[in-house]
Amino acid sequence: MSTKDLEKDRYLNKVANREALIGVGIAIFNFIWWYAFAYGLGSKDPSEYTYVFGLPAWFFYSCVLGFIVISIVVIFVVKQFFVEIPFEEEKENE
Amino acid sequence: MNWQAIFPLVIILIIIFGVGIWASRYVRGSSSFMQDYFLGGRSMGGFLLAMTMTATYGSASSFIGGPGTAYTEGLGWVLLAMTQVVTGYFVLMILGKKFAVVTRRYKAVTMVDFLKSRYRSKWVVLFSALSIIIFLFSAMAAQWIGGARLLESLIGIDYTTALVIFALSVLIYVTIGGFRAVALTDAVQGSIMFLGTLVLLIAVIIAGGGIPFIISDLHTENPNLITPYGAEGTLSPAFVSSFWILVGVGVVALPQITVRAMAYRDSRSMHRAIIIGTIVVGFIMLNMHLIGVFARPILPGIEIGDQVMPLIALEVMPAWLAGVVLAAPMAAIMSTVDSLLLLVSSTIVKDVYLNYVRPDAPHNRVKWLSISITAVLGVIVFFMALNPPDLIIWLNLFAFGGLEAAFIWPIILGLYWSKGNKYGALASMITGVGLYILSDSFFPQPLGLHSVVLPVILSFFAYVFVSLATQKKAAGI
Repeated sequence: MSTKDLEKDRYLNKVANREALIGVGIAIFNFIWWYAFAYGLGSKDPSEYTYVFGLPAWFFYSCVLGFIVISIVVIFVVKQFFVEIPFEEEKENE
Repeated sequence: MNWQAIFPLVIILIIIFGVGIWASRYVRGSSSFMQDYFLGGRSMGGFLLAMTMTATYGSASSFIGGPGTAYTEGLGWVLLAMTQVVTGYFVLMILGKKFAVVTRRYKAVTMVDFLKSRYRSKWVVLFSALSIIIFLFSAMAAQWIGGARLLESLIGIDYTTALVIFALSVLIYVTIGGFRAVALTDAVQGSIMFLGTLVLLIAVIIAGGGIPFIISDLHTENPNLITPYGAEGTLSPAFVSSFWILVGVGVVALPQITVRAMAYRDSRSMHRAIIIGTIVVGFIMLNMHLIGVFARPILPGIEIGDQVMPLIALEVMPAWLAGVVLAAPMAAIMSTVDSLLLLVSSTIVKDVYLNYVRPDAPHNRVKWLSISITAVLGVIVFFMALNPPDLIIWLNLFAFGGLEAAFIWPIILGLYWSKGNKYGALASMITGVGLYILSDSFFPQPLGLHSVVLPVILSFFAYVFVSLATQKKAAGI
């Protein structure tokens, strides 16, 4: 590989590593949100449950709102932080 | 027979055939048959990529079995199902770019290709190929049984006839169209699932008299149904959280998913697929499992879980609309089967035959072999599904967990840790698969966790320690 290729390689790796770490970060956030609301609000007696839109609050916050929040986070992160990189060989395949 | 429900189903099947035949024109005129037949020529855009991943994953188990279990367990099972949202973004964020760069450099078309170029070891390749063939073949047979059962109950024909219809429709388009046909039909099927579950959920809520009414009915019947702990209180937080590995992050190691993570056109397609995939997976999982829970007060006393979806659809909607909506699970099963079929045949042709039997096989022979092996595999699966051997059913139980335990670290650490070597990979695969089968047979829920969790953790250490211990040996070769 030439020096230019090596530099490009290093750059691509840096981008890929950073985005993988972001993925792990979102997954951890997703897990905490999901777990905390489900078992934080859901472990009391069902007769003491509060309700949002007719659903038990634990379920609404954990599964419905959680899903919406994660979707927004994913959209935001991809639009803001994900870099478009050219892949090698694309010209060959066309 | 239920003609009003059959009609839309037949139309959907015809659309799927049309797409398959249309896509096959590309394959015939192509110069790189392998890349095209098994990978669609790395040409997928964002929407297609997101849909094909969703449809491959949202298989019979989640579409038919999932709502059925939700019907029995209540909201706790919906909570469990929502662990799958993570697959929508995690797989592509972790594998996406690195995989694209590396597999293009290696000219890798399958997951085994990648492992072969990364580890340069015959044993890693053969062990991987063997795991894929055994586990996925069993998974496929189970899916065929599910597909035929659905047709059987939906249109009221006997099991054998249903199986013949199902097998013929799958085989025809997968053998002529290859990966591109499968991916295109996945997009059609994913869209049907998306809209179908939404329509059905709304119809169920209306039939049940609104959400608050349904929830209070459930509360009256059994308060546990609206807790996160399941109908009998048996779903512990540790057990439910384990599913973050089994059906969440662990999915990065399933060969049918990884092959898709290398088949996209450019990084913009990948970015779009992350967004679309997350929304579509979450939406389908939430709707589909809520349908199962909400069906309970409307149609109490269904004994067989697999019948919940067809029965509730026929109950709350006109027959023709039920036919359209039920095309969704049918579609899900077909697309899972197609991609598994292609994967097993690519493992045999590409990873074993071309690597070790006849590396210099001429182009035409490879082409002929790929198509005929795909067809032969289909026929074998058909006969197994006719009268399923116990071994197949037993192996199917391990299929996904076993593949995850085998491949998760060889793939992820292979990509991100340069010190990983073939000894580590082999140790990790053997530890993962071996412990998983042992644990599942003898200690079904160690520490309250699902049996896939500990093997995945231990195979990580096996990979790291063995790789570090053999640095000198690996460098010497």
